[in-house]
Amino acid sequence: MKTSVPIAVTFLVGTSLVLAIFIPHTPFSTLDEHFSVWFNILACFAFTLGGGNLLKTHLTKIGRRERDWQYSVVTVGGFLVMLVAGLFKLGAPSWDYDYIGRETWFKHIYDATFTPLQATMFSLLAFFVASASYRAFRAKTREATLLLIAAAVILLGRTPLGHVLTAWLPEPLAFLQISNLSTWILGVPNLAGQRAILIGIALGIISSAIKLILGIERSHLGGGRDA
Amino acid sequence: MADSIVLWVGALLTLMIFSFLYRDNPFYKFAEHLFVGVSAAYWMVASFWSTLIPNLLGRLYPKGLGALLPSVAEGEPNLWYAIPLFLGILLLARLNEKTAWISRWTMAFVIGFAAGTNLTRYLQSDFVAQIKSTILPIVGVGDGGLDVGLTIRNVVIVGGTLSGLVYFFFSKEHTGATGRVARAGIWVLMVTFGAAFGYTVMGRISLLVGRLNFLGHWLETIF
Amino acid sequence: MSAPLHQRLARVDRRLIFLAIGLSVALPLILNLRLAVRPTPIVTKIFDKIESLPPGSRVLFSFDYGPSTMPENQPMAEATLRHALAKECRVYLMTIWETGPPQIVRAIDEVVKKDFPERVYGRDHIYLGFKAGQQGAINALLADFKGLFTTDANGAEINSFEIMQGVESIRNFDLIVAIGSGLPGVKEWIQFGGDPGNVPVAAGVTAVEAPLLYPYYPRQLLGLMGGLQGAAEYETALIAKYPHYETQSSQAIVMMGPQTVAHVVIILFIVLGNVAYFLERRARKKEGR
Repeated sequence: MKTSVPIAVTFLVGTSLVLAIFIPHTPFSTLDEHFSVWFNILACFAFTLGGGNLLKTHLTKIGRRERDWQYSVVTVGGFLVMLVAGLFKLGAPSWDYDYIGRETWFKHIYDATFTPLQATMFSLLAFFVASASYRAFRAKTREATLLLIAAAVILLGRTPLGHVLTAWLPEPLAFLQISNLSTWILGVPNLAGQRAILIGIALGIISSAIKLILGIERSHLGGGRDA
Repeated sequence: MADSIVLWVGALLTLMIFSFLYRDNPFYKFAEHLFVGVSAAYWMVASFWSTLIPNLLGRLYPKGLGALLPSVAEGEPNLWYAIPLFLGILLLARLNEKTAWISRWTMAFVIGFAAGTNLTRYLQSDFVAQIKSTILPIVGVGDGGLDVGLTIRNVVIVGGTLSGLVYFFFSKEHTGATGRVARAGIWVLMVTFGAAFGYTVMGRISLLVGRLNFLGHWLETIF
Repeated sequence: MSAPLHQRLARVDRRLIFLAIGLSVALPLILNLRLAVRPTPIVTKIFDKIESLPPGSRVLFSFDYGPSTMPENQPMAEATLRHALAKECRVYLMTIWETGPPQIVRAIDEVVKKDFPERVYGRDHIYLGFKAGQQGAINALLADFKGLFTTDANGAEINSFEIMQGVESIRNFDLIVAIGSGLPGVKEWIQFGGDPGNVPVAAGVTAVEAPLLYPYYPRQLLGLMGGLQGAAEYETALIAKYPHYETQSSQAIVMMGPQTVAHVVIILFIVLGNVAYFLERRARKKEGR
């Protein structure tokens, strides 16, 4: 039951979706539509699972007074305030109002906390990428030098400065203008390299998908004790 | 008034996160932990109101929605949607160690769906279509005869893609002709990674520009 | 006796580097440094496509990003939306990212309500909202659009809107404009929407994702706005054709000044770091190591 049912489910669902491409009629087309919507619904349960897990972890930490447990109080407090404000549409004029409408407390809390926190967390990376560029980016080999040169051309070429620096080049040498060079690098060697990577990844995903559907790959059956 | 409070709270939280650049400190930890809690709740609320209510409860028990979603309250129940409800509840069993094994049934559906759709879509878009796009004339011809630029472009794309693929083929040792082609592949990939690095730096700087722009607006309200 | 130059360069406190980057962005913002941007073909392809659409064309916008990438994605989203509305297209706004709805609401406030107040909701534009499920959502839209979007974002029955008549699948759209910043995003729109549905896909993505999408251009991807530069290029093209939108559609153009200065500073850091490396290597050779 613990492995045979999941393997059968994976096989049936996967096969019916592949068949739906080749036989786009009932029952396969109907299965495709239903399974897609069901998948979306299950994604929502996964978020609920994530929230539940968060509460479990942090409440345990608070209960056991582990290191930095006070910050877990902040996490749980922020979680509960946001959850209550959103689920009960606090501040909304009616129950059928948009849950993230302008008048809701949920929207105000989102604008005051989520937006600046997420945006600033990501913007920190700018500082670290600069520090890493200074400390780690070395032209130690010919390959590394080529990488550096390509990066420098892109960094300059994808700004207005790229055009200004080399606009003086005559028409026959226009292809050497930094902005044109950066466009060429992106559209030709970068395209070729990315395409090779893309095809390689596609082959990997296709073979993994076949192994999963046929039950050869079973690592996804983790969680709880084995049968 | 609400907008002012939102602006000030946002600005203070922004400065708390930026304080990490000096060193780790309680203000940063507070902001970080707040972010974790708020974002988890956001995900739950968004999925509840946008999908669970209209697409699950709205199909299983439309009359029960009444004031929440009057537009679907008139519809007929579709009991097939008891299946995703059942699978969803099984997924939540993962929270308890003793019952966690039953979440495998839901994971099996999710994995089966992902594998079934990915198999055909990746085959179509990332394999067949990419190969089709790589079949290019290696001698480019324009209006006035040989087009040197187009020829170089096509040769680099075709040669670069093939040599890159040879580099990733590890079933044969990279010696002799294979080794030389793989070497060319490395050169193409170095240019690719250089372009990726340049764009990554660009992306990160853009986010910083946005944040400092926001702080500028906040400071304008003070001075 | 002071340490050799390469050792002093290696010991530079990283907080000084952070300060330099911060100033390289802050000072141009304060001084309002603005530089002229030139559109490139990969961006103008999108502009030309929207410009060629007849009035009444159906354009599906998917705002698949959040606050973290708003500086890059919001300007391109608003510029393309403004363009589509200027061409009297019917616009459908949706997202497969949980943090997408506030971005759509912002775009509606800044573009639809301010520049096109005469447009009627439900006839000229509609806000469909968010659906979970990543590529599963796109797959569902391809199979049965109204099966997934049973209501609009405000809970009104989907068939009550004039704009939804004749929309059964993604195939019924003339263009998909996917503004994204990762997974799920443009790649999934190409794989699960554009290719199987045979609908052109125009994309606007963050700079991090842009190089990864070049293999899809031009067969599977109509055009690509990559990062802030891509957004600025589209805004430039829009203002050139519609000068009266200059005030509203210059967000990215304004930010390219600080962006450019920061790029130059980063390149200087790379050069400085390599100078330190080569000096150290020379010193080691002299010592016979």
